[in-house]
Order: sequence, then C-alpha cells, then structure tokens
Amino acid sequence: MTLVLSPEERATASGERGDGAAMAMRIVAETARMLGAPRLIPIASTHIDGALYHGDSGTLFAERLVQGGAKVAVRSTLNVGALDLTGCSRVRLEEPARGMARRMMQAYRQLGCEASWTCAPYQANHRPAAGTDVAWGESNAVVFCNSVLGARTNRYGDFLDIACAISGRAPDYGLHRPENRKATLVFDVSALSADFILSDSAWPVLGSLYGREVGSAIGVIAGVDSHPGEDALKAFGAAAASSGAVGLIHIAGVTPEAPSLSVALDGAKPKQTIAVTARMVDDARRRLSTAQVVDRIDAVAIGSPHLSLAECEALERLLAGRSVIVPIYACTGRHVLAELEKAERRKAMESLGVILVVDTCVVVTPIMPDLRDGVLMTNSGKFAHYAPGNTGYAVVYGSLAECVESAIAGKPVFARLA
Amino acid sequence: MTSRPETLNAHTEVLVPGRAGRGPALVLTAPISFWGGVDARTGRIADVRHPQHGLSIAGTVLFLPGTIGSSSASAVLMELVHAGLAPASLVLHEPDAILLLGLIVAREMNWETPMAVRLPKEDFARFEGQTVAVATEGLISVERT
Repeated sequence: MTLVLSPEERATASGERGDGAAMAMRIVAETARMLGAPRLIPIASTHIDGALYHGDSGTLFAERLVQGGAKVAVRSTLNVGALDLTGCSRVRLEEPARGMARRMMQAYRQLGCEASWTCAPYQANHRPAAGTDVAWGESNAVVFCNSVLGARTNRYGDFLDIACAISGRAPDYGLHRPENRKATLVFDVSALSADFILSDSAWPVLGSLYGREVGSAIGVIAGVDSHPGEDALKAFGAAAASSGAVGLIHIAGVTPEAPSLSVALDGAKPKQTIAVTARMVDDARRRLSTAQVVDRIDAVAIGSPHLSLAECEALERLLAGRSVIVPIYACTGRHVLAELEKAERRKAMESLGVILVVDTCVVVTPIMPDLRDGVLMTNSGKFAHYAPGNTGYAVVYGSLAECVESAIAGKPVFARLA
Repeated sequence: MTSRPETLNAHTEVLVPGRAGRGPALVLTAPISFWGGVDARTGRIADVRHPQHGLSIAGTVLFLPGTIGSSSASAVLMELVHAGLAPASLVLHEPDAILLLGLIVAREMNWETPMAVRLPKEDFARFEGQTVAVATEGLISVERT
C-alpha cells in the first residue's frame, strides 16, 4: 500500500506552515510509509514521552522544532522529565547534562505541551473518550489508554509523539483500526486462588508474566471475577509493557472492549490459550528479583507508574507514623503532590523518611546514591525490570506492605505465606 | 580454503535509508529494550537479564529478533547515532515503529545515519561470527577474509 497525503498535509510537509511544522509532518509521513499505512488520520490528543533527557540529541531536536515555530495542534500532556522541578527530591544529574535536560523540558513547554510531568496522565485528568484516536507515548500509558479507557493509540515512540502533536496527525495503522484490536489469545487465570488475585502484588507479577508470554499479541484475560481497580490495572499494564511489546490488553468482564470473552475474541477461536498456574506465578515473582543474597536493602522505591492519591494513602496507612531507616522513594506527579500539600501530609511523610520524587522517577534519572552492590526493594514490576540496568541496584521484589516493613527494619521482611 | 557459497548473501528491503554499513555481525538471541537495555553513553547491552549482556552494539551489523519495552527506544538509538556509537547497520524482521524513529529523526537533523533493513528472522543465524557489509540498496554480503 502506498501512502497518500492530503493536499494540506503535503503543503505542510513542504514548509507552508513553517519549518517546524514541516519537519513534524515529514516525520509522521516517513513513519507511515515505513509501516505501510495508506493515509494519516486526525488525532484528539497526545501524551509525550520525548521530553526525558537521554543525551543532547533529543534536546537539539526539540529546540529545532521551537526554532521552526512549531506548536502542538492538540492537547498534549508531558511524561516525566529528568529533573524534579518541584524541588521535592535532589537529582544528581551534573552539568552539562543538567542544563541540557532543563533546556529540553523548556523546549517542550514552548511547543505548547502541558507541564503534567507524569507517567500516569490518565490519573491526572487526561482521559480521552472511548473510540477516539490519540497518539500516546510511554508504554504503561499506552496500555492504560487502549485497554482501560478504550481510546485508540499505537505505541508511539519518542519524537513521533511530538511530531503527531504538532501535525495533529498519525499513521493509520495498527491499533487505530478496530479490526486490529481483537484478542487472538486467552490468558486464563481462573486456576489461581481468589486470595492471590486480590493480593496487592498479584497484578504486577501477572503483568510481568503476561508480557513475557504474550510478546506483541493481543490477549484477553479470562477468569477475573470483579474489577480489580484502576491502580491494579495500572500496575499490570506497566509490568506487561516492560517485559513484552504490549499495547492493548482486554480483561473479560472488566475492560470496555471486552464485555465478554467472546466479544473480545470477535467470536473467533483463540489461536492460543495460556492456562496460568500457581507455579508460573511463583516463577514470575522470582524472576522480578535479581539480588542473590538478601540480608539487607539500601532503598525502597515505589511509584512506577506514578502513585495515585489512593496509593499514597495506602503508604501512609502502612507506615502508621513509624520512621524508616532505609529511605522510601515515593514517585508521583504534581497532581498528587498538590493534594498531599493541602493537609501537611507531605511534611508528615517526609518526616518519617519518605523521599517524594515528583515530575520524574528513580529509574530515569540519578536520584538514589551511586552504590556498588546496592539493593533496591520495590513493589513495582516496572521498577523491578528497569532498576538493574538503569541504576545498577539489584532488585528484591515484594508487596507494598513488605516494602514498608523492610524500610522500617532495614532488611527484607516478607510476610509469611498463609 | 574453499570459497563461501553465494547464498550467504541476502537481498533485503530497506526500511530506513542511510549510509552503507560494514562490521561484525551481532545476532541477538532475545528481544531487547533499547531504553534500559542499552547504555546510550557506551553502546553496551546493560540489561542483566539479556543473553548478550555486556556486549557492545556500536559499529556492529546488529540483527534484532524484536524489541520490547519502553517507547524511548528511539531516543536511545538517536543518541547513539549522534554520539557515533550506533550500529553500522540494523537488521530487523519487521519494521519497528518505535526504534526506527531514532533513525528517521536523525536523518531529519542531517546527521549521518545508519540504514535499517528487513530480513526474515530465520536468516539471521548464518551471519553470526561473520564480518558483513550492508549496501545502500539493501544487499547484505559476507566479507571474504
């Protein structure tokens, strides 16, 4: 199939609306051509992952767009950056990288993006309606947007997200097309105990297993009796999108495009059914930990994706006024910080040894001390996946309650299995 | 020594045009996430769970059996291009809308950019251990030593 651009799109690509708009349109068109998309489609919003500093090249690109007079054409929220602009936590990024990271964040603001700085925009009032086409980046946000909100997005990589935002267009392919959103695989969790499904580490562990088993296929989860809550789905999607190339997950009876198993499958027989066993779950949980000897921990990190207000409340409840001897890095967005500051809750948490990390998180930028043989405990499948490569810390995986008790004790404390 | 059969060469489809490449073939045996999986400052595979952990992808003809994970893969690849640490060429079994954006944008920035080509996955293994060249029209050939 050959890509056909509208006369207006062609005019934009050749510079009629300025150099920045032209560059954005050419990037969208070139990607569409590579993917075999026949046309571009209008989009309603974007969520932009591209403002996180990975090196000077991304800053130079964003500034080129600014110099070219580009502005976003649709609502565009920003994912985390490399700096905590609220000053809650100290980022150890040194000059000149620090300055380049700041310039990058500034450039994206100049392009007209909202200073949301969160990987959970869907909990910060950016919730496109079911069935609308959008262009979202950040793998966990993509999964949530498609699966839980029922809006339609592909997994937009850094730079295509801002190019779509400026052009207001996206390639017509993949998950934008209803026929590509049907499940072909069943991930059956009905053999797992109800106690496990209701436990707070069930969904990140299942997500990690799901991503590895399913890869890039679209699956439907069968055997979930009740809605596990948005925070559980957030944790599940984030873990799945870390271990696999997952963009859309249906849960029969829970997510909007899966009122039933057969609707999710479009009435067809699944190509594959994965019957999840307790043993597979145990194995997946074990694989989230990389630490060999666990006689101590150096830090606890929670909030990947960013903590919701409800998750902060759970943390406060579990701490119950007790101080920690190992810091808990609690990563969240400014939408939650604003709430925490209202009743002096931020101060109360910080006085117990919690380090709030806002606008960013501990695996995307250097915040935790540079330790040789550091050990990080987390309840996040996504942190567990990325911490070893990005921070050098080995990982111990545990539930939120185990993370909190361990931070208080300074060594891993695991709840006795019932 | 007998000469290698011509069948070692492969015709590929060009996914992203760029500079012709030459280098040792590095055939990854598991999908990788560039963000978190490859160190943008060194080009080394940083994912401790990856079978090729510790190897550098810089200057190699990189055969990728798939990518997973973060949408920042494009940013890491573009940074590698900008820093001169990118693979000499990339070989994928299907277009990757996230990763290859790094090359598309690098071209827009007028940086010298490696090319990406498409080849069926089952053809990857025979290039392992060889020094290969990737021509601008997409021909992968094994260099005779």
